[in-house]
Amino acid sequence: MSKTSSSASTKISSFVLVIIFVTLAFSFAALALAVYAYPEHPDFAMYLIVIGFFAASMAAYMLLQMRRRLLRLRIELPPITTTIECRKCGFKSVREFQRGDYIFKEVEPCQKCNEKMLITAIYREVKEKPKESFPF
Amino acid sequence: MNIIALATVRSQVAQPDIFGEYSWIFNLLFYIIFVVFIFYGQRIQMYVMLREVEGSLYKLKYIKDKGRRIAIETIKEIGKPQTDPAARVDRFLEYFTIAPQSLDPAGVVWKLEHILDVRDTRFKDEVKLMAPSADETQTNNLENTLEAAMALNYIYKVVRHYYLLGKRTLSLYIIMQLQMILPLVMREAEAYASALKAFAYGQPIGDGVGALVAAKLMYGHEKRKIPKDCVVATVPIEGRTAYVVKAEGPGGNVGKPGDAIKTVIEENEGKIANIIMIDAALKLEGEEVGEVAEGVGAAIGGPGVDQFKIEESILKYRIPINAVIIKEDIGDAVSPMRKEIFDAVDKAIERIKQVILERTKEGDKIIITGVGNTIGIGQ
Repeated sequence: MSKTSSSASTKISSFVLVIIFVTLAFSFAALALAVYAYPEHPDFAMYLIVIGFFAASMAAYMLLQMRRRLLRLRIELPPITTTIECRKCGFKSVREFQRGDYIFKEVEPCQKCNEKMLITAIYREVKEKPKESFPF
Repeated sequence: MNIIALATVRSQVAQPDIFGEYSWIFNLLFYIIFVVFIFYGQRIQMYVMLREVEGSLYKLKYIKDKGRRIAIETIKEIGKPQTDPAARVDRFLEYFTIAPQSLDPAGVVWKLEHILDVRDTRFKDEVKLMAPSADETQTNNLENTLEAAMALNYIYKVVRHYYLLGKRTLSLYIIMQLQMILPLVMREAEAYASALKAFAYGQPIGDGVGALVAAKLMYGHEKRKIPKDCVVATVPIEGRTAYVVKAEGPGGNVGKPGDAIKTVIEENEGKIANIIMIDAALKLEGEEVGEVAEGVGAAIGGPGVDQFKIEESILKYRIPINAVIIKEDIGDAVSPMRKEIFDAVDKAIERIKQVILERTKEGDKIIITGVGNTIGIGQ
């Protein structure tokens, strides 16, 4: 297990990238050539258009796949919220979680009554995607 | 006749001689593809599957490496070791436990308990060596972090094993099985990945909801330690005396609720009217996160040692046992606690009170046990 192994897993092969961009360049060349060839050789131009579009779409697909792979590697962690409450006056404050926080930990004094406040909740809020409607 | 003539003319108009001259290329291409798919169709399908597995393997490798990195960084930050802990962490990630032989199942629970105790002690010693400056809570949290990193390392290695085996043997069935099970494996790996940060920072996790219920019930009452790694508080609830038990927090710890319940029962010479256990349970797809359900039996997961001990103790004195569970999926169980799960705590307490009123009489003694990892939850 080397230190570079994590970067190796996220690395995109430069060889594949070169091939994709060369294909993309050829496909555009084929399309440009088709435009020039169309008046005199319309049938040949049609083949060039088919080949050009096919190659361009393949290259675009490969690029999108690479982007998707990189996006899939990201792990998003939602923010964690800490709720602090004063048991005496009921004053409540919400802040981001800090290392060392735990539920029922006594923290800084209350701004209103100077009584020690208590961490009463630590949780994360998940924004759920709209659910598919199904009859079950 | 007119129609036939019209069709002939239309076909000539609609299809100018675009494909005429080179149509043989397309025909040949079609036949080649047809023949290739007849002979190599399965192989192509296999390569597509292998590619899919490869993509997931990349992600698993990334997650595993991230886990290792987080573990090392946390050890350096908290434990302040004098030497680089990377080598020791790598050795720890390869650690294994051999389950006891069960050919003769009599007494296997005690053998398993012993092996698990040895493992636990060894893990704690290793963590203390890696992070000499860490206090007890931090040691427990570090141990949990390393266990999550270890789980990720193991998942990655198993998936890689079957991927390479499938690739080497070109067995469609090995690859197919791996590809089919992969979404579930990835879900579990992603859950462990989010657990890593939670353990490293000491945040409460979904599995700790049972412990949180017990903590809420015992807050403000006097507590004492009981074996092993648990605390108990005597709390008056609805005219009954409740012994509320949970693992000692706020470090990552599940304690041994089996031993704790046995101790409280023995202290009261078996005069316990009811036991109520609260735990997080895996929900089925379609069920809501944080749903509270009620039933009977010892609500406790793990290798089964504690469940066995609880069942032995209640059988000896014929004590009824009830369970209240809070539903969540595997991802929620090991990642930082969701708001829905946190909100379910009050619902669970209401349900416990309902069970107490319905199943016990005033003046009875009961045991309420909150089961789960108490990381980030005090008492």
